[in-house]
Amino acid sequence: MAGVACVEQILRHSPKFAITIFGDETHVNYNRILLSSVLAGEKASDDIVLNGLDWYRQNGIDLRLGVRVAGVDSQAKTVTGDDGSVTSFDKLLLATGSVPLIPSIEEVKKEGVFVFRNLDDTRALLERCRRGIKAVVIGGGLLGLEAARGLQVQGCDVTVVHLMDTLMERQLDPTGGGYLASKMNQMGITVLLGLSTTAILGNGKVEGVQFKGGGSIPADLVVIAAGIRPNVGLGHEAGLEVKRGIVVNDYMETSHPDIFAVGECVQHNGICYGLVAPLIEQGKVLAATITGNKGPKYQGSVQAAKLKIMGVDVFSAGEIGDKLDGSEVIRYEDPALGIYRKLTLNGGKLVGVILVGDTADSHRYMDWLRTAKDLVPLRRQLLFPAPTEDTGIDIAQMADSETVCGCMGVTKGTVIQAIHDKGVNTLAQLKECTRASTGCGSCSGLCQSLLKAVVPEFEEEVKRTICKCIAVAEDQLREILRSQQLKSVQEVLEIYGNGIGCEVCKPALSYMLDMLWCGDHDEDRSARFINDRVHANIQKDGTFSVVPRIRGGVTSPDELRRIADVADKYRVPMVKITGSQRIDLLGVKKSDLPKVWADLGMPSGQAYTKGVRMVKTCVGTEFCRFGVQDSTRAGIEMERRFENLFTPHKVKMGAVGCPRNCAEATVKDIGMIGQEGSWQVVVGGAAGKKVRKADLLITAETTEAALVAAALFFQYYRESANYLERTYDFVERVGIEKVRKETVYAQDAAKQGLLERLRKSKERSSDAWLERYSPHHPSQFVQIQPLEEVLV
Amino acid sequence: MKEAKAELKRWTRIALCDDIPLREGRAVKVGNREIAIFNLGDRFLAVDNRCPHKSGPLADGIVSGAAVICPLHAWKMSLETGEGVNSASASSCVETFRTRVEHGVIFLEIGAPATPSEGKAAEDLPLLCTEPGTIAEGEATCSHA
Repeated sequence: MAGVACVEQILRHSPKFAITIFGDETHVNYNRILLSSVLAGEKASDDIVLNGLDWYRQNGIDLRLGVRVAGVDSQAKTVTGDDGSVTSFDKLLLATGSVPLIPSIEEVKKEGVFVFRNLDDTRALLERCRRGIKAVVIGGGLLGLEAARGLQVQGCDVTVVHLMDTLMERQLDPTGGGYLASKMNQMGITVLLGLSTTAILGNGKVEGVQFKGGGSIPADLVVIAAGIRPNVGLGHEAGLEVKRGIVVNDYMETSHPDIFAVGECVQHNGICYGLVAPLIEQGKVLAATITGNKGPKYQGSVQAAKLKIMGVDVFSAGEIGDKLDGSEVIRYEDPALGIYRKLTLNGGKLVGVILVGDTADSHRYMDWLRTAKDLVPLRRQLLFPAPTEDTGIDIAQMADSETVCGCMGVTKGTVIQAIHDKGVNTLAQLKECTRASTGCGSCSGLCQSLLKAVVPEFEEEVKRTICKCIAVAEDQLREILRSQQLKSVQEVLEIYGNGIGCEVCKPALSYMLDMLWCGDHDEDRSARFINDRVHANIQKDGTFSVVPRIRGGVTSPDELRRIADVADKYRVPMVKITGSQRIDLLGVKKSDLPKVWADLGMPSGQAYTKGVRMVKTCVGTEFCRFGVQDSTRAGIEMERRFENLFTPHKVKMGAVGCPRNCAEATVKDIGMIGQEGSWQVVVGGAAGKKVRKADLLITAETTEAALVAAALFFQYYRESANYLERTYDFVERVGIEKVRKETVYAQDAAKQGLLERLRKSKERSSDAWLERYSPHHPSQFVQIQPLEEVLV
Repeated sequence: MKEAKAELKRWTRIALCDDIPLREGRAVKVGNREIAIFNLGDRFLAVDNRCPHKSGPLADGIVSGAAVICPLHAWKMSLETGEGVNSASASSCVETFRTRVEHGVIFLEIGAPATPSEGKAAEDLPLLCTEPGTIAEGEATCSHA
């Protein structure tokens, strides 16, 4: 990462070099910081590639992947690869990074013991993870904790064992570490502190880990993340001055005039850096030096670290101890919210900051640290900034020299220059041009605000969140719930939201969980709207309306008699024919609902929920003189196939036997329009708040083919639409071409996947009115009577 | 007459903790009126079961922290103070009642509305119906009442 980042800088200075890059991994360079996101299933391994093969080709770089440099001859100026190749150089750049530090543990080489350093390690871990297995992570630093969360997301039962008494003790003080530990515990990760691991137990295969003092815990998988050590082998080989790392001066020169080094393998001024921002700064200096523009000096970096676990915000920079003479410490704690802030000041300047639970202000503090800002005038706004009009940082007030992207060291000035000089107007272009936001990605919001402020035509990449309770975009949230196997609304709110939720997000999350897990989730009725707690539609007076399912609008004298009897027996104030060819009993008391359903003996028509409503049909070929398709039977079959399922918004369907369209299928969410010898399947129609003619999805020759096409669309809508997005908004937003490509014209495997998931959901679904026999809660429908008589 | 009135305002055994699922409400008919009782996990809170807007059944609403959202038109009412807490419901209020839990039974103080000077803040009084024998109170006042 550091090496190629430096090469990028070199190319910017001068194209005169013929560049060869050796790498012992078989992948092109990728963003190592995001490996934990790959482990947590938030990103695919392709997503973290920094420079694709095209980039190497375009820049004429000879890329030797999978070749380890075995020897350096600094006299002859050649390097020897482990494939036997000998390559000569004018200038040699060492960016060998670091290797995992393996503590002295007995029997460490067992099957099931891993390190977590590169993409291959990550893939090996992913392969090994199974639901329910016990994973032990040795090391409670940044990497260890991120690995622990990733493993947990993959279903492992995770314990973190840390040698020290404080998690991330190099970045946090004991109080901050305590807040972090309790957050990890809350997420279900066990944290054991102050324990020295002495041995890996098991016969050939790991079975447990043993601690100093004799205790042990079982383990099926062990990840060692106890730190890193500069990979200095080639430095020795080349005869360079090597201490802990390869020693470099302020120009990033080693003790040999034609050999340079950058990144985690170097030691500058006694310090070896293991975080990304300093390595990028070093790369810039080195690029200037090596291209003959020697001048810029590397003068060390402020160490800053951010934990990348979604929902666990930790930031630390500068001095963390209280030891500094004459330093003042300003602290803020909110144990209930898990927020801890600690600022260390010295001589009116910020020298250290720790943020746990809320890191929104990390940019401001980082800037104060880097610029050694005089904070005396800001004394009253140290912990909480004076409110600005914009949330977050007021970008207009940022100085041009202020850093936007801490990972890649990109300043506001650089971003603005790129916008003006290179015509950048999207975030993607900005990333490509300046590399901003390509590290940990936490500055993407800031980059977008800058683009918005400077580029008039900039269209923000809309991040559609459900509501204010959860900051994660809705589509991303769906992916997170899936990959992290979250199965309860409260759990989602606690990890990704404000822990409370509201009437907007709770039903939305309930839907997502039901759709993803096909009923195999924690069905929390408190997160459902009242209609979905009692399976009836609440009316203005608190009574309910009851609409039984009458598939395709076809009923019978017997059914009608039962409906009439129910209306009499329960004194139903109004019986109405609905617009959907059904019968509505209005004004039923909640406590009567189970009895009404039992007396009706008909299934729920789901007229109260965001789910499958009905299929409106015409009489098709059965009686009509003009009908060319049996729309009644097809409609009833479609209703049977989809009924009892939840959808992002209500789904109303129609089937007509000829293009006269008597049952108005062209303004339904899904419509089947019969014509001579085929069906047109149409989607995204509306005749409500909005009127919209449905788009043609496909023309199908058989009824079965038409029903399958409808099913593909139906499941695609269930999986991809935002909650409360009707099909007509969904189809318009996505575009019918894409809808077709993802459904009826998709690859067979994709189609099978949609149908299989629909089948699974359908199999687990049932008529909600059966809860009359087995209520979800004993007092679901019952009016509670006071335990003793009260006079009021 | 005065004595008779004081007699009315008393702690009444109203329901079992188990009657009300976590983060849900249930309506209990007390004399001529309905009281909505909510289970917030660490305490029970009670308000009149009629939304000040259009008399919607608050017990059927979704609970959001210590507030409930009326199922009819989404007025959000604080269960602690009775005050309306979203833009629609601002400056309206619903009557609140003190509750207390003993051996898994919820007690309701019903009668004249509690006045602000009488009680301690509800947060000071954690209660757990899962621990038999503990006694605690949930209490609330509405400044508009």
